[in-house]
Amino acid sequence: MYEFEFVKPTTVADAVAALGEEEAQALGGGQTLIPTLKQRLAMPATLVSLTGIAEMKGVKAEGGTVTIGGGTTHGTVAKEAASAYPALAALASNIGDPAVRNRGTIGGSLANNDPSACYPAAALASGATIVTSSREIAADDYFQGMFTTALEDGEIVTAVRFPVPEKAAYIKFEQPASRFALVGVFVAKYADGVRVAVTGASEEGVFRWSEAEAALSANFSAAALEGLSVPADGMIGDLHGSKEYRAHLVGVLTKRAVAAA
Amino acid sequence: MPKDSGIGASSKRREDVRFLTGAGNYTDDINIRGQAYVYFLRSDIAHGKINKIDTSDAEAMPGVVRIFTGKDFEGVGGLPCGWQVTDRHGQPMQEPPHPVLAQGKVRHVGDPIAAVVADSAAQARDAAEAIVVDIEELPAVIDMKSALKDGAPKVHDDLTSNLCYDWGFVEDNREAVDKAIKDAAHVTTLELKNNRLVANPMEPRVAVGDFERGTGNSTLYTTSQNPHVIRLLMGAFVLGIPEHKLRVVAPDVGGGFGTKIFHYAEEAFCTFAAKAINRPVKWTASRSEAFISDAHGRDHVTKIELALDKDNNFTAIRTETYANMGAYLSTFAPSVPTWLHGTLMAGNYKTPLIYVNVKAVFTNTVPVDAYRGAGRPEATYQLERVIDMAARELGVDPIALRRQNFITEFPYATPVAVEYDTGDYHATMDKLEQIADIAGFAARRKASEAKGRLRGLGINCYIEACGIAPSNLVGQLGARAGLYESATVRVNATGGLVVMTGSHSHGQGHETAFPQVIAEMIGIDESMVEIVHGDTANTPMGMGTYGSRSIAVGGSAMVRATEKIINKCKKIAAHLMEASEADIELKNGAFSVAGTDKSVAWGDVCLAAYVPHNYPLEDIEPGLEETAFYDPANFTYPSGAYACEVEVDPDTGRVTIERMMAADDFGNLINPMIVSGQVHGGLAQGIGQALLENCVYDENGQLLSASYMDYAMPRAGDVPSFEIDHSACTPCTHNPLGVKGCGEAGAIGSPPAVVNAVIDALNSGGKKVAHIDMPMSPARVWAAMQG
Repeated sequence: MYEFEFVKPTTVADAVAALGEEEAQALGGGQTLIPTLKQRLAMPATLVSLTGIAEMKGVKAEGGTVTIGGGTTHGTVAKEAASAYPALAALASNIGDPAVRNRGTIGGSLANNDPSACYPAAALASGATIVTSSREIAADDYFQGMFTTALEDGEIVTAVRFPVPEKAAYIKFEQPASRFALVGVFVAKYADGVRVAVTGASEEGVFRWSEAEAALSANFSAAALEGLSVPADGMIGDLHGSKEYRAHLVGVLTKRAVAAA
Repeated sequence: MPKDSGIGASSKRREDVRFLTGAGNYTDDINIRGQAYVYFLRSDIAHGKINKIDTSDAEAMPGVVRIFTGKDFEGVGGLPCGWQVTDRHGQPMQEPPHPVLAQGKVRHVGDPIAAVVADSAAQARDAAEAIVVDIEELPAVIDMKSALKDGAPKVHDDLTSNLCYDWGFVEDNREAVDKAIKDAAHVTTLELKNNRLVANPMEPRVAVGDFERGTGNSTLYTTSQNPHVIRLLMGAFVLGIPEHKLRVVAPDVGGGFGTKIFHYAEEAFCTFAAKAINRPVKWTASRSEAFISDAHGRDHVTKIELALDKDNNFTAIRTETYANMGAYLSTFAPSVPTWLHGTLMAGNYKTPLIYVNVKAVFTNTVPVDAYRGAGRPEATYQLERVIDMAARELGVDPIALRRQNFITEFPYATPVAVEYDTGDYHATMDKLEQIADIAGFAARRKASEAKGRLRGLGINCYIEACGIAPSNLVGQLGARAGLYESATVRVNATGGLVVMTGSHSHGQGHETAFPQVIAEMIGIDESMVEIVHGDTANTPMGMGTYGSRSIAVGGSAMVRATEKIINKCKKIAAHLMEASEADIELKNGAFSVAGTDKSVAWGDVCLAAYVPHNYPLEDIEPGLEETAFYDPANFTYPSGAYACEVEVDPDTGRVTIERMMAADDFGNLINPMIVSGQVHGGLAQGIGQALLENCVYDENGQLLSASYMDYAMPRAGDVPSFEIDHSACTPCTHNPLGVKGCGEAGAIGSPPAVVNAVIDALNSGGKKVAHIDMPMSPARVWAAMQG
């Protein structure tokens, strides 16, 4: 990697200030950024570590909402959200391997918005609110395509608020090498309807499958999805699976998520 | 009762203590005072003409010692190829030069263009980015059949085409085979690909070159399976350093799987540069570099036809294979698709007529060479797949079809020029049927169906030629080396032994297994024997470890040397006990006079050899040290029968291996635990090839599977608990231990079992799928099910 300055502020305000400097970049758990740096594919002047900010850590459950600090690791979410939002905790417990889960953070994952990452599916299907250093963003407005979000430069994901659904499940079909989602489907049933979010499949990144949502809102059962499918057009096709295969998996996994919810 | 020491005991691997406690000494652990670091600037395009390399800015960068390009190697030899194949028409293969650093052209992504030597690894890499390279991109040839078309871009401009050789074997059988296939009652035809693999040993390659100004001696520390071979190839053919002025050390090596056999440019570079700058030079590959610079494996495209008569007897086999050589000929590349592949096409079956055609092709990809099994997995895969397909087409039981065609009389001369000394294929199949509980499969299939899964059972056999190899034979076949092995047994005055072997252990457990043999022969404790390997300065000239050869060839050399020691000890003991040498017996570590109670302990005889006060100096020399070289009379022929049970999720195409069974005949076993470990590792590797691993280039020659994000290695969760058996044993008839070798079997025998099982599962679910190429990823299986 190239040389860089390293700062580790202890408050969000200090972090925002540090990120205002020229060529500064936020560093969460580093599970994407550090490999990128090692391959010399990025050259930030300063890395602003967010791991020393106590106010960005922890899981809180109250009044039907689970709030997770942006700097909370997957491992912590897996443990501490297990009773309040089991489907979310289960998702976190199956990201990467133990080393990844002990370093990687929810804020880092959502800020990066990898098209195959798990957390975007949870946030979108839960209708979560992304709380940043300057505002609150609804998940529906937050995800704007592969590796693209509503975040402005220097804006930090400080917390994510998840309304707890009545029922939910996430089913990930793993890409055999990376074990990211080849396709992952998160289904969440709320009093006012069902939300279905799909990761890994689309060239546009995580998306809601509205046809399935409508069918499941009327009848929350796998049978309600019979005959529904997403078009292969716009799906990712690569050496791990064709567009058609991914489109097919969206249907299969949605049914399985409903059955598991 | 299992033994607790000596031959046949499952002694714990003594080397694991240091490996598991972080006390190993790997090449990257070697740091020499004053060493500089090299970074290789590698081509990021597959094919191009080098117009200019401007290093002036880079040379001015901090810490840079010197920058080398192909020009610096103009007076230096290229990397040699160790095997010359003669084609169907009696002509030698086309053999292009392989420069240490690219000259004139780059020929694959990863081809080294320049080497920056600097005070630190980071400075070397920084400076490499400042090199300005002007390369004119040329169209790349990636697909083998396209590479052979008229007008295809040529990888090497000086060759007549991209065809390295067109090999026919046995050429004299060609017409008879054609006729037999034409006249057959049934012919099964299968076209398949044997997927390209990246070996991925846990330890990436490392080289440290050192030059001693005071003596003029060069030393190379390197991650090699065969340090003497590297010393010979690099010294004689590349750098012109006589062997007595060159030492090659391969200390602890973290896995090889074939890819660390070959002599690589980085080794020659570090040795050359250390002398040129008069400083040690170190290179440590990154994992990314390993993907584009370690020789790859497999990559065959094959059409095989199996002819049967009306009674389902095999009458002929005809194959046509395109074998990818990559951009240059790696050290043993030409031998893999020919002599290590064609000679195995008879398999376990008495097929009277066989013709194998292989076209080896240059492409703009990383060189391809031996990878665990090397040619034999490719032969086994196509043969056992086509037999399975024939059984399905004919509606006969795949085990019965195999049994009907088994070779049953030994020695057996195949129509592809080898003679199997022993084997009992019915016995291994019997064992397999037992451990696999074939009879219970129907019930297990039913249980799988009840949970919505398709269950399949795949069976196959394999034969391999190991214990490589009789030197006079391989010499006739084009090898430019002998393939004996060596051992020096040094007995110390106090009775302990050091065995210096030309074999090299990089995971095989030689340090444990070899002492078991010597301890058994002498009747002493295993802990009295120490194995030394991996350093040309203190081991006799040996050919190293690959091709499941170490116990069969290296172990035999060790036996011969130990026999010499014992014979000498008997002379000394006879003198000490004033008896006749013919009456001396060695038992449980003591020499005794037959029929008397006179005896002298092993240690006393050893002491007498080094303190020869009462010693027959007029008849024998003092000291106890003997060397033996062993050249095998034949290959060894391990064989076995494997079975695999899979479940297929019909909704996703995902295959899970539910059971994997292996019944092997390795001849006699030295350490059954180590043998089991070798089989386990091989099975995991074979499952990796069958389900996961896939090295893929795009049409421009960019490696798409260039990291673990896209190249799937098997993990613990991908394999079941294996059920294996080595009890069906027919000892090898021509080596002193009766051993055959076990290192590659698992990787050879398992891919066809897995594929056969998946095809069986899909057909059981009503899907008429005849074949799926490896790796059988969920996407491929699903696509096959869509018809």
